[in-house]
Amino acid sequence: MKSYRFREERESDWRRLELILNKAESSGVRRLTQDEMLALPRLYRQAVSSLSVARTISLDQNVVAYLESLCTRGYLFVYGARLSFGERIAQYFRRDWPNAVSAARWATLLSFLCIFGGAALGFFLVMQDEQWFWSFHQGGMFDDGRNPSATVEYLRSTLYTDPDETGDGALAGFSSQLFSNNAQIALFAFALGFAFGLPTALLLLYNGVMVGSFYAVFWSKGLGYEFTGWLMIHGVTEFFSIILAGAAGFLVGGAVAFPGRLTRLASARRQGRAAALIALGCVIMLIMAALLEGFGRQLINTEGARYTIAATTLLLWCIYFYAPRKRSQV
Amino acid sequence: MTNPVIREERRARLMLEQAEQALVRRVVTPEGAVIHLRLASFAARCGAFLIDVSIQWAITIAFMIALSNIASTLNYEALNFSFAIYMIFQFFLRNFYYIFFEAGRRGATPGKRALGLRVVSRDGGRLTADAVLARNFIREIEVGLPVMFLFTLMFASGDTASAAIGWLGLLWAGVFAFFPLFNRDRMRVGDLIAGTWVIVTPKLRLLGDIVETASKAPESARFVFTTEQTDAYGIHELHVLEDVLRSSTPQIKAEVAERISQKIGWQPQSGDTHQAFLEAYYAALRRRLEQRMLLGHRKEDKYDQR
Repeated sequence: MKSYRFREERESDWRRLELILNKAESSGVRRLTQDEMLALPRLYRQAVSSLSVARTISLDQNVVAYLESLCTRGYLFVYGARLSFGERIAQYFRRDWPNAVSAARWATLLSFLCIFGGAALGFFLVMQDEQWFWSFHQGGMFDDGRNPSATVEYLRSTLYTDPDETGDGALAGFSSQLFSNNAQIALFAFALGFAFGLPTALLLLYNGVMVGSFYAVFWSKGLGYEFTGWLMIHGVTEFFSIILAGAAGFLVGGAVAFPGRLTRLASARRQGRAAALIALGCVIMLIMAALLEGFGRQLINTEGARYTIAATTLLLWCIYFYAPRKRSQV
Repeated sequence: MTNPVIREERRARLMLEQAEQALVRRVVTPEGAVIHLRLASFAARCGAFLIDVSIQWAITIAFMIALSNIASTLNYEALNFSFAIYMIFQFFLRNFYYIFFEAGRRGATPGKRALGLRVVSRDGGRLTADAVLARNFIREIEVGLPVMFLFTLMFASGDTASAAIGWLGLLWAGVFAFFPLFNRDRMRVGDLIAGTWVIVTPKLRLLGDIVETASKAPESARFVFTTEQTDAYGIHELHVLEDVLRSSTPQIKAEVAERISQKIGWQPQSGDTHQAFLEAYYAALRRRLEQRMLLGHRKEDKYDQR
């Protein structure tokens, strides 16, 4: 019988390919010997042609299904080769991240307007009528007495840290909590973008209002300059990160809502991958912000130094993201 | 094909086959061969996710126990510090567990691997790290959002306004959570954004050829079938017979053997086992059907009389 002889002739090659694939899948490409590496593409092509032949001449279900699964595994392995982890990370920082951010300029601007619109709204509402503060912050997590009824002295004391007062442990606990909170918000802003970007805008506005209302409390007590320093030493990095996360969300939302010439699916896919790169960057930025917040802010207690650090970080981020760079040769 | 009962039976079988094909996608490899990928069902995806969540919880609890053991021997400061470590660890475990495993060479988390699933790129190209990031950051709205609204509901006892918001939010978030049920390709929102889908990768074993065992059997010479006898069945029946031979109990084999002998008018001789008869008939049937296939005629089933 033809199909039987066909199988008899090739079976050993199929089994050899299966062994190599088992080994490669369980312990990695590096564990393959040189012979196996050389044999793999040849055996894979042979299996693929075997599959085509088997489909036309053999009625043995098991053989056809086996070859199909073998070829699928081989296909995913042969064409699934990727960069090593180290190369990928280097490429991300050198090229992918800044490119993705600078390509999203308009989305970033929109996100910036949302968060600062919210901040301005919160600020002016509370300046006009203190009652607004209480409606913004009912049962909030920052209920530590920093509110309109606090004294100037108390508010001033929250802006500076007495080095003897709190140890490193407390600082680390506080900043790590803020980090995971903020990073989760950043990822949320990105993910919510899928719903046409509207929830992202709301989330940005809400966070803006929160900050704006705090600002108003300190401003009305004449502590605006000091509060800005306290906030901005890490806030530049943190706000930038949240703005970029919002921009990532808007990118996805825009791609889904206005696909242009592409299909909605293709458009979402194209922007989604770029936006995810930005969102990953946001987490990295927030780690830096948390370090600045937990340690830098508590240890540096003069306005001059705080403003200098804030301005420097802003400058560095802008250069990194937006400075024109040499076209990378791909 | 005039008999309505037969027509109905055949139609039902074809529809069943079609339903099975609904989750199968064709990919043409660069060699020009067609490979069929079977998409994972929603149930399998949920199962894999539950396994992964359990693993994450197990890691969290083990980490907490270890950390509290270390911290309890130290002072208050260290306790605060270990809380910081815990928060950061928790964040990375929650968000990067899936990314770490899916970006690896297997393209699957332990849960997916346990159920034989893996993530692949929808366009047939390689699965990039960007795609893995995108599909997993989106998880926030598929899992995080419903959980958030559930909490809103739990703490809303008595407060009708927040209860209403909780229910509305849950409904809205449910659309994302159950997204895979609303599209043909069983994609969740993350898959849609990342351009990926999840497929089943069965590892099949190559079993022995039944034709070989049949030809080596000592009584094989006694089983000689006429052309009419081998024309009684088609490819569908051959495949059913293969399944019976490979995985059925002796009773079922006996029943099948009797039905076949009846249909083809075979007189069982003393000393023939059902197994030997079925194997011999399988070999003869396959030889006949493969011959006809080579000449360009696939006899799909026993009703296919051309």
